[in-house]
Amino acid sequence: MTDPILKIDAVSKRFTRTPGLAERLAGKFTGGGKPVTVHALTDVSLEVTKGEVLGIVGESGCGKSTLGRVIAGIHAPSSGSVTLNGKPVADERRGNIHKLTTQVQMIHQDPFASLNPRMKVGETLAEGPRYHGIIPADQVRTRIRALLEQVGLEGAYADRLPHQFSGGQRQRIAIARALAMEPEVLVLDEAVASLDVSIQAQVLNLFMDLRHDLGLTALFISHDLSVVRHVCDRVAIMYLGRLVELAPADQLYADPRHPYTRALFASIPTVGTGRGRFEAIKGEIPSPIAPPPGCAFHPRCPFAGPRCWAEVPRLTEAGAARTVACHLNDGGVEMQKGAA
Amino acid sequence: MTAALDVKGLTTRFETRAGHVTAVNDVSFTVQPGRIMGLVGESGSGKSVTGFSILGLIDAPGEVTAGAVLVDGVDLRKLSKEDLRKMRGRKVAMVFQDPMMTLNPVLRVGDQMAMAVRVHQAMSKSDALEHARKALEVVGIPSPAERLKAYPHQLSGGMRQRVAIAMALLHSPSVIIADEATTALDVSIQGQILAEVRELADTTGAAIVWITHDLAVVSSLADDICVMYAGRIVERGTAEQVIGGPRHPYTQGLLDSIPARHEPGRKLPQIPGSTPQLSRLPDGCPFRPRCPRASELCRTEPPLDVRDGHAVLCHHPLERV
Repeated sequence: MTDPILKIDAVSKRFTRTPGLAERLAGKFTGGGKPVTVHALTDVSLEVTKGEVLGIVGESGCGKSTLGRVIAGIHAPSSGSVTLNGKPVADERRGNIHKLTTQVQMIHQDPFASLNPRMKVGETLAEGPRYHGIIPADQVRTRIRALLEQVGLEGAYADRLPHQFSGGQRQRIAIARALAMEPEVLVLDEAVASLDVSIQAQVLNLFMDLRHDLGLTALFISHDLSVVRHVCDRVAIMYLGRLVELAPADQLYADPRHPYTRALFASIPTVGTGRGRFEAIKGEIPSPIAPPPGCAFHPRCPFAGPRCWAEVPRLTEAGAARTVACHLNDGGVEMQKGAA
Repeated sequence: MTAALDVKGLTTRFETRAGHVTAVNDVSFTVQPGRIMGLVGESGSGKSVTGFSILGLIDAPGEVTAGAVLVDGVDLRKLSKEDLRKMRGRKVAMVFQDPMMTLNPVLRVGDQMAMAVRVHQAMSKSDALEHARKALEVVGIPSPAERLKAYPHQLSGGMRQRVAIAMALLHSPSVIIADEATTALDVSIQGQILAEVRELADTTGAAIVWITHDLAVVSSLADDICVMYAGRIVERGTAEQVIGGPRHPYTQGLLDSIPARHEPGRKLPQIPGSTPQLSRLPDGCPFRPRCPRASELCRTEPPLDVRDGHAVLCHHPLERV
């Protein structure tokens, strides 16, 4: 195995909201008004090798977007480190941040919000590389045209405004903008989630072509398991800020080990004939402000025992190249297959 | 058996600067009691406007210009405004995508549910609250008596959507129309709600129209499926017929573009182009410019071809043996 290009080492990210003056005053009487801390990421470690596409899957509040943002250097981690080719991508010292992060580019979910409606597409694409001196000034126009053609649009579209494009076309523009920075790593955060199925297929095909042509390394964040299966080499499953399972895509889909992964697979409707059965996970996702003690999944887990209530499971080896954070895995208790 | 919902030739137009736009074009379908009809389409296909048109919720510059909407045999379009208001919520109820749009943020859940009960039924407040509590229980809300005292913001997204569904159930309506009701929810919560909706249809005998863009959801939830494109129903049949043997090239294209149906990493078959703007539809079949089977004939209006109740609006439907 080649050396990892991107290394995420024991990253935690907490967001703390300090109450305003009025809330603190009211808190004197009600006992509230104390700072609230959200544990968005807890002790996440991952390695990504060059040319790999790693899927990050989870439900809302699991920290998948925060992880993407920490990797892109938008948020500095509260503890732990993210390094790209051995250099940190984010640094608490503000001055350092923008120089480092041009090598990780992000593509967001909503192409209607991520493009400036007042800037021509060509200007949007040229802004970053021009500022950072990535493309020589006299070559900007030809490079922008080439980029637009690379994502399946016409070079002449550089003079148009975002409102003249459909959702799928805008997402292509957003991809071109990320590529313009010649990044080492792309972070796609629900990049196809807002697109219609027929358009989604077009954008996924584009992504797979680009990956093949440019040898892209990417993090593909999504809640859609079938899309992730289609484009990713390895998949990380997250729950309430922690990594619960990490495995090569084919192995994970053939044999999910964590009870949460199993339950997630079971509750997803698939296109097939005949009435489906929804094997729902009972209960709700707990709040990341007050995560349950022990294994965060234990209140919803059909296999939970006393050890799960008290002790946080660590990620441990579960076969070649795969890890899982579950006491059933290391405690010698065998899960009943399909019992979830 | 009378259909719980019988929609005949429903047509809705909007007056826009670009001229008349027909958002719903001659839409017909029936839903029997206890059955779930999945109305699928991509954005702009007219599926939501169809839902609104059924309930008579179209305002200017839009107008329902033709058709009939029969609920238990009564044509909603022939009713006076006052009579229609009495039907809404009692006979036909709607559930929307965003429960915060349905729920009043400054009223306790119980108060607003009791209000909804007493609009249509003479009942004491305490009886109405008890009725509301039972409805919350039906949709699987734990400790419903306590939830009655909660404000909407104190509930999670999934709980709010359950409350919205419970409100739709208050008067045991014959027809429930749900517009992207689980789209904003997480998959595990969506799974729970879909299981309950299925059970509701089976136990209460309500006819449900489930409007969504998600083929996977309808194929596992619905008994019957209508596929909409550019304001028309282009294919209609049982879920087995439409998902197992689609006859319209558009339905086939949609199903083909789902990643789960292909080997990972393979290129996905894609429908070229994008959904047309309703103000600039081509002549004849609106799918013609994107269709792999299109011919000169497709410049004329496509015929409706029905076999064993499986209807398709196409000149060159896919043949199934």
